[in-house]
Amino acid sequence: MAGQRTVLHDWHASHGARMVDFAGWDMPVIYTSIVEEHQAVRTSSGLFDISHMGRLSFGGPDALDLIQLLCTNNAATMKDFQVRYSLVCNEQGGIRDDVLIYRWPYGFALVVNASNRQKIVEWIGQHKGMRKVQVEDQTLTTCMVAIQGPKALEQCRGIVPIDLEELAYYFAAATNYKGKNCIVSRTGYTGEDGLEFMVSNDQGVELWEDLLRRGATPCGLGARDTLRLEAAMPLYGHELSEDIDPYQAGLSWAVKLDKGDFLGKQALEKRQRDGSLRKRVGLELPGKRIAREGFKVTANGREVGVVTSGTFAPTLEKSIAMAYVSPELTAVGTKLEIDIRGKPEPTTVVKLPFYSRKKASGVA
Amino acid sequence: MDPKDLRYAATHEWAAMKKDLVVVGITKFAVEQLTDIVYIDLPDVGDHTFAGESFGEIESVKAVSDLYAPVNGEIVEINKKLLDDPKMLAEDPYDKGWIIKIKPEPGQTLDHLMKLEAYEKQISEGH
Repeated sequence: MAGQRTVLHDWHASHGARMVDFAGWDMPVIYTSIVEEHQAVRTSSGLFDISHMGRLSFGGPDALDLIQLLCTNNAATMKDFQVRYSLVCNEQGGIRDDVLIYRWPYGFALVVNASNRQKIVEWIGQHKGMRKVQVEDQTLTTCMVAIQGPKALEQCRGIVPIDLEELAYYFAAATNYKGKNCIVSRTGYTGEDGLEFMVSNDQGVELWEDLLRRGATPCGLGARDTLRLEAAMPLYGHELSEDIDPYQAGLSWAVKLDKGDFLGKQALEKRQRDGSLRKRVGLELPGKRIAREGFKVTANGREVGVVTSGTFAPTLEKSIAMAYVSPELTAVGTKLEIDIRGKPEPTTVVKLPFYSRKKASGVA
Repeated sequence: MDPKDLRYAATHEWAAMKKDLVVVGITKFAVEQLTDIVYIDLPDVGDHTFAGESFGEIESVKAVSDLYAPVNGEIVEINKKLLDDPKMLAEDPYDKGWIIKIKPEPGQTLDHLMKLEAYEKQISEGH
């Protein structure tokens, strides 16, 4: 069964991208090489088609109320045009999705993971109740692309009428691209500076080609994964799932227990106090072997955890991984082993993130 | 090595007889599918190989792939240079990127492997 296609699908396929199924969408995983694309983002700029991600809009007098119910973070303290990371939890305190909340003067938007879009749409429907709010799924009629890297902002000069370099980090703007509505935000999933653009489908290809002409390198999901992993950003289905709570994941900052009631709050109050659960850590391996998702983490042969993501980091040139490990073994410097296809490979707990652009540029 | 003279396994290894030894490598197609090769796990000299069974692994950023032996035999040489520089596999898969040399058991041949034309047909079908 063929997957869903973004408006950029044919562009990707006809420009040498290897296409794979991702959450039911036919997406480009690689154009030239993961390492080349990754390095383009870290040194110049890379361009990603992220149209598969869910874009949900919320309008009406009770929009804030509904967003507050669904999300763990506090939307009431957001300024207009601010963007905030949040989790959506189930009633056991497990994570249903990680999302970005956009606050507008006239409503809200949520950008959700492609793999969770249907689930979140249903969850919203289940909990909306009698609230006066119109929820619209705009995923299939809009195109979203991300340009990320140290040259991204300068390459985008003049692409829209506003000064993008003045756009603050984790803020958005409602502007226009060649006369039609366009939302831009200074957000991303790579650990670099950059922008994410949302336009209606009929402008998708034009915007994509415009950004390429300005100097961006097309990048696939393969590089997207190595980039976010170096920056220690969690990926739903790996570091986040319905069975993992925000405290285990190291995301307590995205949970505001004092903001009023929300879905999962009671369970989260208990989970916050539970020190017995495995916690997310960063691991480094000395060689080049890669720790893959699902590999066991051991301490002197005793199973103490599991790997959730791993790769050979192209920028750091090290084998890195994220894992959930027994809480007493999470101190930086702890020596553990990872079972790599039957062989216990030594590994050390390291501080997250593995890579940060501030560290890289020499600014503390 | 001229690809025209080699034999091919469905699993994308190439093999050639050279002075009674079977030299084994992987094809350009395999290299292109893997991309971003990071590490190769080679067996030891003296290890036995079994036709159709894994003798090592290649690790790329995206995934790990097994290497399959074309014949039963004993490994007499491994290309140690690949351990330091696995990129050679991608740069020169048919020559400098050779992986192992096997002394085949008596009676072992490469006749069961594909010739270039059949292999090219397989990869044109996308696998």
